[in-house]
Amino acid sequence: MLTVPLHHVYVLAAVLFALGLVAVLVRRNIIFILMGIEIMLNAAGVAFVAAAWRWQQADGQVMFFFILTMAAAEVSVGLALVLRLYHGFKTLDADAAAAMRG
Amino acid sequence: MDTIFYISSVVAVAATARVVTCRNAVHALLYLIVSLLAVAVIFFVLGAPFVAALEVVIYAGAIMVLFVFVIMMLNLGPHATEQERAWLAPRTWIGPTILGLVLLGELVYVFAQGGGAAGGGQGVSPREVGLALFGPYLVGVELASMLLLAGLVGAYHLGRREEPAGGGGEG
Repeated sequence: MLTVPLHHVYVLAAVLFALGLVAVLVRRNIIFILMGIEIMLNAAGVAFVAAAWRWQQADGQVMFFFILTMAAAEVSVGLALVLRLYHGFKTLDADAAAAMRG
Repeated sequence: MDTIFYISSVVAVAATARVVTCRNAVHALLYLIVSLLAVAVIFFVLGAPFVAALEVVIYAGAIMVLFVFVIMMLNLGPHATEQERAWLAPRTWIGPTILGLVLLGELVYVFAQGGGAAGGGQGVSPREVGLALFGPYLVGVELASMLLLAGLVGAYHLGRREEPAGGGGEG
């Protein structure tokens, strides 16, 4: 029987989210930025599943499925963009694509 | 069970911190996979075995394999084998292996306790989740399928090799 207080799970989710945010803000490699986004989505999923556990409702887990679907779609498009960036600029530096053309 | 939760949390946070600080993308991916597996253990302890399985299969399986494919595609070249040899050094895989062994120990402990039913049997069963998913949340499921279709079309469109349309492209 798990007797962990709910806010400990939320602290874990917050720490994971903050780490993902740091990855997005600090790293300039676009693959690391995508990984940071994955970490943040996963942290949100932790919060939802924790809520589902606390109130014994299925809704939190349903929300996690939607997050999972969204992460899958996002990462497929994001990685296709990474390939395009690499073929266009020969680098993975996100700042290389900072300027718009036209 | 509480100890399992705290150990998994520490593993997840440590692995995620390594993801942020790693210089090499493949090393970071290894740590990210360990982090996702640790989160899957947490889901299992939180009484969500179905979600834990999905986390392993979809997140740590499918999505991370996509990352690995892209990273492998990006450094094709003569120095790739050199890099491959460097990646197989023990220094590379010892960290994720230790963290993964901690998770394995936790799983063995949970099953040895007879806690096969997740979280001491106080969780939400997959049956309830499925009923909610295809009952009140049916519109959400339809929207998710549309989103996946859009992701498929978008990834295909973006990933297509650019044909030199005017005939004057690079040789």
